[in-house]
Amino acid sequence: MADGTSVPIDVIAPARVRARRNTMQRFAQRRSTTGFLLCLPLILLIAAFVIYPAFYAIYLSMLNKKMTAFVGLGNFQFLLKRHTFQLVIFQSCLFAVTSVVLKAVIGFILAHLMHNIPGKNQRIWRGLLLVPWVIPLALSTLTWWWMFDPSYSAFNWVLNQFGIANVPWLGVGWTARFCTIAVNVWYGTPFFMIMYLAALKSVPEQLYEAAAIDGANTIQKLFFVTLPMMRNIIAITVLFSLIVTFADFDIVRILTAGGPQDMTHVFATYAFQIGIQSGDIPLGAADSLFMFPILAFAAFFVLRGVTRRTKEIAA
Amino acid sequence: MTAPELQAVGKMTRRRALKVAAASAALPLVHIRSGRAAGKLSIAFWDHWVPAGNAAMQKQVDAWAAKNHVEVQADFITSNGQKNILTIAAEHQARTGHDVQTFPTWEVHNNADMIEPIDDVMKRLTDKYGQVNQVCEYLAKVNGKWLAVPTSSGTQYKGPCGRISVLKEKAGLDVVSIYPARDEHTAASDAWTWAAHYKAAEACAKAGMPFAIGLGQTTDSVDFAGTLFRAYGAELVDKDGNITVKSDKVRAVLEHAQTLVKVLPDDAVSYDDASNNRALISGKSALIWNPPSAWAVAKRDAPQVAADCWTFPAPTGPEGRFLPYLPYFWGVWSFSQNKTAGKELIEALMQREPVEQRCTEVSGYDVPPFTTMLDFKVWSEVEPPKGTVYNYPIRPFHKASAHIAAMPAPPEIAVQIYNRGTMPTMLAKLKSGQSIDQVVSWASDELEGFAR
Repeated sequence: MADGTSVPIDVIAPARVRARRNTMQRFAQRRSTTGFLLCLPLILLIAAFVIYPAFYAIYLSMLNKKMTAFVGLGNFQFLLKRHTFQLVIFQSCLFAVTSVVLKAVIGFILAHLMHNIPGKNQRIWRGLLLVPWVIPLALSTLTWWWMFDPSYSAFNWVLNQFGIANVPWLGVGWTARFCTIAVNVWYGTPFFMIMYLAALKSVPEQLYEAAAIDGANTIQKLFFVTLPMMRNIIAITVLFSLIVTFADFDIVRILTAGGPQDMTHVFATYAFQIGIQSGDIPLGAADSLFMFPILAFAAFFVLRGVTRRTKEIAA
Repeated sequence: MTAPELQAVGKMTRRRALKVAAASAALPLVHIRSGRAAGKLSIAFWDHWVPAGNAAMQKQVDAWAAKNHVEVQADFITSNGQKNILTIAAEHQARTGHDVQTFPTWEVHNNADMIEPIDDVMKRLTDKYGQVNQVCEYLAKVNGKWLAVPTSSGTQYKGPCGRISVLKEKAGLDVVSIYPARDEHTAASDAWTWAAHYKAAEACAKAGMPFAIGLGQTTDSVDFAGTLFRAYGAELVDKDGNITVKSDKVRAVLEHAQTLVKVLPDDAVSYDDASNNRALISGKSALIWNPPSAWAVAKRDAPQVAADCWTFPAPTGPEGRFLPYLPYFWGVWSFSQNKTAGKELIEALMQREPVEQRCTEVSGYDVPPFTTMLDFKVWSEVEPPKGTVYNYPIRPFHKASAHIAAMPAPPEIAVQIYNRGTMPTMLAKLKSGQSIDQVVSWASDELEGFAR
């Protein structure tokens, strides 16, 4: 150019390439890039085995029975009108809420007891109490089923030794519901216990000392020191457990298969029965997705609360 | 390419090119016409309860594969946890998997859009061995076309299997003389009615040896309830899809059931398909409705119980005598890459000789679908006691028909009635004290949901 600012094209090109290379090098050297690349296999796995199936299930739930036409929310509307499905909603809520509350309470008590056991003994007890959570659920549920079995029930054998008649554990609606919830509580309590124990250990001792100086008794320490400090972990644990318990399949399927008279069906077992066994996959998909919006909504608010409290603590 | 080859290509004329093209096009036809040199074939069999069953099947498949130069991969998939149904559903969704699949009861209808018609094989088999029973036709013939071949492997009747001594002593029922191990119709067999069944159940229950009949939602419970309903002509849904649960016949069967359920075990409503077996084998029950698998296990675990078992036909009701029947089918997926070989293998395995061979290996458990094959020696030979399963398959003098619960409702409704256990649940509700009106009302609401 005439103004003298022009540079020949073959001179500027290597400079641009050099600059781009530097940018790429900087990008590759960033910690976040390394982190992303390390996470990439997991992200791909989640995309393939969680995100894709989830969207596929949503797509399936909006098809007609023969999977030849789009019916929108028709399957959900149909389900809501069915008496059995209303029963399934009730049972799923009863099963999940009762189980989670019991697991939380028992886990909380156990964590406190554990917290007060000194040194090496605590490790032994902690290991022992984690056993139910470590055993594969299907296997442990089969053991429970054997103990409830009509012909060879171990519980009935014990009752008979005391002259008490057999109890049809899985043969009467409310008893069967109790059994499924009991097994779920047995299985899930160690998870709560270990989470709460970790939370308890992270509460600064100075807070208790300060409370003691202020004249707080044990109950007051629990409500004004321990619980506020554990709020986040309680919220996350309850949320996580609620989601998992709502999706439970193994326990009900193995113990009762939804019986007697559909009185223990939960969403997953009912979905299996109508979707796989009865060949109505769209209706089964609709059933299994029923709690998704409610749980997603709950998860959003719980996690928002957790984030807010974390920021308050940090501030 | 070598120099001569390049030269040959260079000399390719239009006529030669046409010849090569015609030969190439005809090449696949050679594969289609015969299973020989037909490459690979994968087949999913039902994993037999009797271990010898798988070995016998594998041996026959290997022999066929060697003879026909086909590389066959046979997988045995268990029905425990309904893994076989899950596999079928997955293969249907993915449109890939085995070439030949074993379809239990309702799965042919459930997957009809993906199964290759197999009329040619069925025609040759029925021409040779006669017709199959009406249950097979109901379950595997869709829109006038056979989609799968009824097989003997896993196919079973579920008639009563009773303790000879207990039934005789406690209920005065001499089942060995009523149904002896020979082709003989006895006058006493005409008196083997549902009323007699109830009386025997009541007497045995009083003696602490109840009939271990389940009222759960698994197949044994459903099959029992289905045959009881059919004996009274009680249909929940008719063949045209109309809900007929509010009928006199349904009321009649429920009136009978109302008394029967009272003498069944308290935990009958929580029975699965193993509970009744355990009750018999443990010596706590006088009678169960089951194939000879319970007897076979008893032979190993409780020989004194096995030696006291006798299998015999179902009782008769106002509409006749019906025996629960649970068939399996072999079908070829439409996405199979080797349909011809698949069909040839199925046809070969359903010839009389291999069917009898397999049936003998599993002590008579497998029931062939062709009535002309119901004369195998195994049923009169196995023991103890000799002749214990002679009356396991339906014989002409039984005057009985095979039946599957919910038949003749349209299969897309029937499969839901069956798998949701509607009929045994009706009986379970009676046992829990609900009235017949309440039970009928509940069933009517359920059935409306099935007919969507």
